[in-house]
Amino acid sequence: MAAAESSDSEEEDLVSYGSALQPLQEGERIKKPVPLQEQTVKDAKGRYQRFHGAFTGGFSAGYFNTVGTKEGWTPSAFVSSRQKRADRTTLGPEDFMDEEDLSEFGIAPKDITTTDDFASKAKDRIKEKARQIAGVIAPIPGTTAFDDLIGPSKITVGVELLRKMGWKEGQGIGPRVKRKPCRQKPDPTVKIYGCALPPGLSEGSEDEEDEYQPENVTFAPKDVMPVDLTPKENVHGLGYKGLDPSQALFGASGREHLNLFTGGSEETSNLLGDLRHSKGRKLGITGQAFGVGALEEEDDDIYATDTLSKYDTVLKDEEPGDGLYGWTAPKQYKSKKRPERDFKYIGKVLAGFSLASKSSAPVKIYPPPSLPRNYRPFHYFRPVLVAGNENCHLQKALQESTGKLESGPAHQSRHALNAAQRREQLGETELKGPAPSILEYLCEKDRERLKEVKQASEQQMKAKMESQQAANSRLQSASPEDAALKWRTLLEGQLADAGSSDFKPFAKNPEKQKRYENFVKSLKQGEKVETLERFLDPNMTEWERGREQEEFCRAAMFYRSSNSTLSSRFTRAKYEDDVDKVEVPRDQENDIDDKETAVKMKMFGKLTRDTFEWHPDKLLCKRFNVRDPYPDSSVVGLPKVKRDKYSVFNFLTVPEPTTSVTQATTKKIQESNSVNKPKKSSRWDVSDKEKEKKDSISEFISLARSKAENQQQPPVPATEQCGTGTTESLPTVVADEDKNREEESGRPPMDLFKAIFVSSSDEKSSSSEEESDEEQQPTTSERQSETTKQVDMPDSSSSNLQGTVTATTDPGISSLPASKRELDATEEFGPKLPPAFSSGTTWQQQTVVPATFPGPSRKEKHRKIRERHKTKKERKRKKEKKKKHKKQKNKGKHKNKKSEKDSSSDTTDSSDSLSDMDTTGLSPKELLRRLKQLQH
Amino acid sequence: MAFPSPRPARPELPRQRVQTLQCGQGAVRAARFNADGNYCLTCGSDKTLKLWNPHKGTALRTYQGHGYEVLDAAGSFDNSQICSGGADKAVALWDVTTGQVVRKYRGHAGKVNCVQFNQESTVIVSGSIDSTVRCWDCRSRRPDPVQLLDEAKDGISSVKLSAHEILTGSVDGRVRRYDLRAGQLCSDYIGTPITSVCFSKDGQCVLAASLDSTLRLLDKDTGELLGEYTGHTSTTYRLDCVLNEQDTHVGCASEDGHVYFWDLLEGSLALSLPVGQGVVQSLAFHPRLSCLLVATQGQVTLWREDSFQPGGGDPDT
Repeated sequence: MAAAESSDSEEEDLVSYGSALQPLQEGERIKKPVPLQEQTVKDAKGRYQRFHGAFTGGFSAGYFNTVGTKEGWTPSAFVSSRQKRADRTTLGPEDFMDEEDLSEFGIAPKDITTTDDFASKAKDRIKEKARQIAGVIAPIPGTTAFDDLIGPSKITVGVELLRKMGWKEGQGIGPRVKRKPCRQKPDPTVKIYGCALPPGLSEGSEDEEDEYQPENVTFAPKDVMPVDLTPKENVHGLGYKGLDPSQALFGASGREHLNLFTGGSEETSNLLGDLRHSKGRKLGITGQAFGVGALEEEDDDIYATDTLSKYDTVLKDEEPGDGLYGWTAPKQYKSKKRPERDFKYIGKVLAGFSLASKSSAPVKIYPPPSLPRNYRPFHYFRPVLVAGNENCHLQKALQESTGKLESGPAHQSRHALNAAQRREQLGETELKGPAPSILEYLCEKDRERLKEVKQASEQQMKAKMESQQAANSRLQSASPEDAALKWRTLLEGQLADAGSSDFKPFAKNPEKQKRYENFVKSLKQGEKVETLERFLDPNMTEWERGREQEEFCRAAMFYRSSNSTLSSRFTRAKYEDDVDKVEVPRDQENDIDDKETAVKMKMFGKLTRDTFEWHPDKLLCKRFNVRDPYPDSSVVGLPKVKRDKYSVFNFLTVPEPTTSVTQATTKKIQESNSVNKPKKSSRWDVSDKEKEKKDSISEFISLARSKAENQQQPPVPATEQCGTGTTESLPTVVADEDKNREEESGRPPMDLFKAIFVSSSDEKSSSSEEESDEEQQPTTSERQSETTKQVDMPDSSSSNLQGTVTATTDPGISSLPASKRELDATEEFGPKLPPAFSSGTTWQQQTVVPATFPGPSRKEKHRKIRERHKTKKERKRKKEKKKKHKKQKNKGKHKNKKSEKDSSSDTTDSSDSLSDMDTTGLSPKELLRRLKQLQH
Repeated sequence: MAFPSPRPARPELPRQRVQTLQCGQGAVRAARFNADGNYCLTCGSDKTLKLWNPHKGTALRTYQGHGYEVLDAAGSFDNSQICSGGADKAVALWDVTTGQVVRKYRGHAGKVNCVQFNQESTVIVSGSIDSTVRCWDCRSRRPDPVQLLDEAKDGISSVKLSAHEILTGSVDGRVRRYDLRAGQLCSDYIGTPITSVCFSKDGQCVLAASLDSTLRLLDKDTGELLGEYTGHTSTTYRLDCVLNEQDTHVGCASEDGHVYFWDLLEGSLALSLPVGQGVVQSLAFHPRLSCLLVATQGQVTLWREDSFQPGGGDPDT
């Protein structure tokens, strides 16, 4: 255009088209025209296009008609199957198509269409009905079963049951019948190529076939046709269907005439079958574009003309007559009637069997027996009698009426037998097979035991019966026998399964124990108590024997019931009986005698001090803001060691090398503060440190002894022992130690206990009496004899022991209800709570709660009470108030008493010793010096 | 020290009764100062615990919740909580303001004779006649004690705590000192049942009162005897012993109705204070002042030094 415009002025009459070539430059070479083979056509997206299409023409498929790219088909990206499962791609046709193919005008347009699921119901109904009918009149009846297999059909139970019985769709229900197969009618949907057989011939051939038709072939009965109940809704004539376009266009109508008046199901099937046929043929891509291809299977008569001769003019019969609908069934012989054949077994026959040639004789049916005239059709249950005392007379009456009691294994009816018993009776051998009972799986021993138990129980039953009878017979039975009976019945049931008896109630009397064991053993075997008298001592009198028997029974009962009742009352032992190692604290406070001596001599310090390794709880350390001194150890409290339970070393604290966990940590700690705590771990290391310490102790002891001798005191044996060393002083040390130890180490055997007690009392007499300067001592012993529950202050070795005992018994006592104030009062431990008014006789008596309201009248009252106490030693009500002067009076009395008691021993009083100590001047100066240091 | 610190004034012992509290809660089992000495707690045999201002003589609050008589009590360092132990075998932790029991620790098999808070009031240590000392955790909801000290062979009559030590006196005649820092237990044998123990203020000595009517001052580290104080009567009851606020004197209740004070160094009897007719049940010394709290019969009396002017109001002055 621009050129035209520009040329307008020069050459007006020239019309130019197209774009002008670029003006040639000077000296430029003229471009070569692109050769034809190199000229390409590109589509809108710049891809090359070819004009010869693979599918629809006019488009390119792939790279130069081969592949998608120059390199080939576009390779999919490699995905390692180890890291990620590659998607399994199933290639469809679309994968080889271009986008254009999928577009609206492509060969596979992806437009939205209505699927079957959402199609209208009317169409569906037609299809369903068609299926129904096709099931009846299919080319091969039963082919609809394939459809059912394919489609997700929901089969009703009835249909399923029928199928299992051998029914197939399309068949009738009922016994199979023999009948003449219907004449094969050429299927309308099957196209017959070539020459069709003349009808007559076909008839004849059918007749010929009859003769060599197997005669025992039966057929399913004819199915009932479903009635078409569709109402007529149109104004067409009856049976008019109009032309189906599909059939008219490419159906089988070319050969057959169109039947507008479809005469029922046949025509319908024809119609639908044709539809189905065409549908099956036209799978895949449908499109009208191709027309009839050269590869089409059938070339329809495209020139067919619809003439009126193709239409029926009369209504036909509905059925050909035999109703076989295409079965190529053998012909039925009507002439020969062989009804037996119908009854023949037509099922499969196992290999090795053959059908009986003649049928078995018919089962003879016997008439039921004629009932007696007076028979009444009611069953009444005979009452089941429990053999007990309460219904003994009833049983007796029954016994009299029936003449016998049906009981006992001898009278077991044959119905009570089981198979094994019957087998035994018949003398048959046992079947080899899976074990019939659990017994087979048990070992021999257990079976024996079970058998015993069973026997015992049977015998017990028998015995019960017999005894019942005996009791019935003699109702006047004596009362001791009744008692024995009672015992027996009680026992025999329970003892039958009693375990082995390690329970020895008569261990003191071996003979009696033996008799008892025999008794129990035979009881267990189910013998009656009466028969057991042979185990009793024949030398004893009747009365004694009766007694013993009863005793045995009781013992056995006790043994029996102890499992349940007794066990619930006891807690577990602190130490296992069968474990001979117990955990005991590694270190004990020991040498009370030494310490007492030291205390008496005011030599506090090393002698009176015990230092132990002690492990605080970690949480406690945390709460106290203190570093855990033993961060590596899991021990809490005093470290414990395992020792033999009854070992003498339990009662000794001989330093021994321990394998404690804390050894290392101890050492560590020791290193850290060894300067000021040298003896901390040295106690536990058998080393020279120990010796050193001992030396120091002995040094102290010798010093103490010299002092004691100065005071004309008899030398204390304990100090000697200590001085000579621990190993040489085993017995006494044991005795001393035991007192401390007692609660930790459980109860040692009695004899050990005794030995300890004896020795300790000796010790006490020698050591503690002389220094019993405390006023409580006499009263304490006095009180000990009176009340066991009372606890005193352990101010000496003996009371110390008692203190420990009470400490252990304390929980039980303290669990008493708080309402018992008086009782509580006497159970005070240790120093009492001060009363509001003091008047006490002894500290023990003024046990408790001081009065809240003092009053003058109390004095008299209290005096009375006190007097009563003097006489009766009843100390319970002592919370009444005491006056001070009374107390002092009392104290004076007490002192008198004490002095009387102590007159036997030549010890000095505490005050004396005190004054002695003050005068001897052990420490005042030094003490003062120390105190002054301390003050600064 | 370049300059010697000024010599402290000669301590005066409380000789003057300035206040009498009629507690009205039966026998007063224990009277205890709180941490700063401004208040006191009295434990009654009628199951109650009372909080007082002893200097003004006013009752502040009554705490009810024990099942039996209350035997000992202690206040926390911040005055927010009280712990108490009683004959109902329980240790109770109270909230001071609400008066409710915050927690009750059950586990003792006998009467709880003594209770103490630790310094931060995170642990209650209780001693019982069941011969155990139990350390209860106040922080967690743990029902069982943190640690059980069952080394004693007889009932525990007294428990005292220092920053890192637990001092127990037992009826078995031993004073046990559990040193948490060093991880060791020192057991000193006294011989007679211990009724009361206490630390000296400097933490170097241990005072132990026993039933042989003797007080003993022991060196904490070595266990050596530093002093012995006699003259009072203590043969039966669990009586308290105290040290005064400057550790110059040692005091002890007596069964004869007096409170005795001895000079700590010389061991001489310094003062015999007639309190009443009955046994002096409990004794508490003010942490900073010369001020003594004495419980006898059903009443508590407060004693001050002679120079004290009653009506001065503030006890801190």
